[in-house]
Amino acid sequence: MSDLYNVSAAPHTRSPIKTNSIMQDVIIALIPASLFGIFNFGLRALLVILVTVLSCVVTEHVYCKLMKIKSNPWDYSDVLTGLLLALNLPVGIPYWMAILGGIFAILIVKMLFGGLGQNFMNPALAARVFLFISFPGRMASFLLDKVSSPAVTDFLRDGALVLDGVSGATPLGQLKAGETVDLLKMFVGHIGGTIGETSALALLIGAAYLFYRKVITPIIPFSYILSFAVFALLFGGHGFDMNYLLGQVLGGGLILGAFFMATDYVTSPITPKGQIIFGVFLGIMTGVFRIIGSSVEGVSFAILLGNLLVPLIDMFTRPRAFGKERVKDVK
Amino acid sequence: MARLTFMGGIHTYEGKELSKDKPTTVLLPKGDLVFPLSQHIGAPAKPLVSKGDVVSVGQMIAEADGYISSNIISSVSGTVKAIERRLTATGKMEESIVITNDNEYKKIEGYGQSRDYTKMSKEKIREAVKDAGIVGLGGAGFPTHVKLTPKDDSKIDYVIVNGAECEPYLTYDYRLMLEEPQMVIEGLKIILQLFDNAKGIIGIEDNKPDVIEKFKELTAADSKIEVQALKTKYPQGGERQLVYVTTGRKLNSKKLPADVGCIVNNVATVAAIYKAVAKSTPLTNRIVTISGDAVAEPQNFNVPFGMSFSEIAQAAGGFKAQPKKLVFGGPMMGHAMYSYDVPVTKTANSLLGFVKDESAVEESPCIQCGRCYFKCPLNLLPMKLQLMGLNNEDEKFLQLGGMECCGCGCCSFICPANRSLTQTIVQTKQRIIEKRNEEHELHELHKEHAAK
Repeated sequence: MSDLYNVSAAPHTRSPIKTNSIMQDVIIALIPASLFGIFNFGLRALLVILVTVLSCVVTEHVYCKLMKIKSNPWDYSDVLTGLLLALNLPVGIPYWMAILGGIFAILIVKMLFGGLGQNFMNPALAARVFLFISFPGRMASFLLDKVSSPAVTDFLRDGALVLDGVSGATPLGQLKAGETVDLLKMFVGHIGGTIGETSALALLIGAAYLFYRKVITPIIPFSYILSFAVFALLFGGHGFDMNYLLGQVLGGGLILGAFFMATDYVTSPITPKGQIIFGVFLGIMTGVFRIIGSSVEGVSFAILLGNLLVPLIDMFTRPRAFGKERVKDVK
Repeated sequence: MARLTFMGGIHTYEGKELSKDKPTTVLLPKGDLVFPLSQHIGAPAKPLVSKGDVVSVGQMIAEADGYISSNIISSVSGTVKAIERRLTATGKMEESIVITNDNEYKKIEGYGQSRDYTKMSKEKIREAVKDAGIVGLGGAGFPTHVKLTPKDDSKIDYVIVNGAECEPYLTYDYRLMLEEPQMVIEGLKIILQLFDNAKGIIGIEDNKPDVIEKFKELTAADSKIEVQALKTKYPQGGERQLVYVTTGRKLNSKKLPADVGCIVNNVATVAAIYKAVAKSTPLTNRIVTISGDAVAEPQNFNVPFGMSFSEIAQAAGGFKAQPKKLVFGGPMMGHAMYSYDVPVTKTANSLLGFVKDESAVEESPCIQCGRCYFKCPLNLLPMKLQLMGLNNEDEKFLQLGGMECCGCGCCSFICPANRSLTQTIVQTKQRIIEKRNEEHELHELHKEHAAK
């Protein structure tokens, strides 16, 4: 039957950019931050990353198998969710907790709501917040130094591990207490925090790659960070204090959140106008949680709240067709 | 200064290098010639000949049926073999006049006679265009005499010549502009004669710098004609994009270019107008491109209408590899077909053969990346429109401006999840139009019934 020709409606040509290539790009962009996390926190960080990624991938495949959904195994979205979640976990987290987080992210937040493209919240962030609320002590104990024994046997004696490291106040805690912080250290990332959030430098390298590959636009991260900085300036109580403002911007996972979490396609608005509204909302809410409230999870809560508003923002910022005067509203 | 680009649009692999440097060669037909009665927008033409009649080159064999319709002219001399349904490049079977070529090319009286168009009246020019059976040769096939007859001639400010040729692979307009620039310019002057207040603009994509330079040189002395270099981006040659880019005026789907004081014609159409008016030569032939990675020798031919594409493929050395997909027109908006034994018509202007079918990919879920929206030249939300189309939510589809879609294909091209966006939206549009027509007919019937 070799002389049968394919017949289909136009267009007959396709761009080489595919879902999996986009996911791959984001994973590549997260490599510097992951490597720095491993360098900063030791090999255990690598194990946390591997365990979390594996948990996400296995959950997705098992779910698809059980539900008889034709899975799209190599779109890498499950790998990406696992990686993002791992970068949002403290290095001392017990492995079973990381696995639980992965299952929660994929099963509850993503698959039960319809799978890829249908989740109403960023799965990795939702899992981070889920773990934070369920196990507040563990999630908030940030290690400062390298963990001494990153052996696989840790899996069996997880509980003892946190004690090996030295935990201390995070830069945000210091700022809250009115102390000054070492900005250079924060920028490079030699501070306490979750595995992937500490190094602004590594994250910005990854973000630059995403801009270069046109995977994301700067609208959301910039409007987010800018509006948060303005909020900190107005309500932070320090006036125009560069140490305080930059410390706030570099600390607490804002860079990771702004460039890698808030820009998640599914849970962010489509139009540039909507994206600005979204970014500004995130900036203000992060400020409210961090400065007026006292939550260390300001960024996560703000982005999750913002995610919930996306359908509303999309509805109010619907674009007008070219050459049309106005379009009637749709419910 | 007009804007030289528009919102959205895409950059594809151009593929023009395959055939752009091949000079146009004239190709004479061997087999029968097939003239579909419907190769334009509007009512099919009415046949004026019947089986056994002898016809000459330039003879009208079918007459425009109504105002929006077009004459069909014979491109050869010979005998009418049959009037029957034949397969066309769009996949439809159309009533067609089949002529057996006697290879003598006897011409009708007055064919090719030079005329001084500057002394011709506007009515005469329009009549000549209508008689010559000219329709838009860019692919849509709207009867040109209708386009050239707006409600008020004095309100036309711009006559725009579309030399963008933004579809990948196609090079017939490029060859025409390179080989016969004078014909295009003279044709534009003829149109300008119809509109006293109009300026002429020739828009050419900047991937054809040689043509732009040539046209600038040739029109330097004429203050009424301006050559504009346009950014190379698909769909630069779309009517709404072209009008916006060259004049800054915006059109929506309900408006015609004439509503904003513009008349837009493709370069091939303009050249045909020149030939019809100044040379008394009706529209009997055109330049076609045969290209694609499956074609042995991609090139450009000047062929008579009615000739089979299979003869053209043969002249191009056939296929060097088994094509998986055949496309008439460009890869963005053309028709895929299961056979290439179809005639060249006023709207079927190229044959592309591809070894691989890029669009034969599986759909995956939408990840809401927004690329379709950013690339949509009409600022629509293709991913939402597709969902509404699939769910038969016509009301929402209309409210989101779905009817504005021009079917350019940018959204489907760019979609990383391979979703059939353009396909579904265009289909939904057609379904809604059909529904409206049905309702209208029903309404008319009711009225008729009530009157009795």
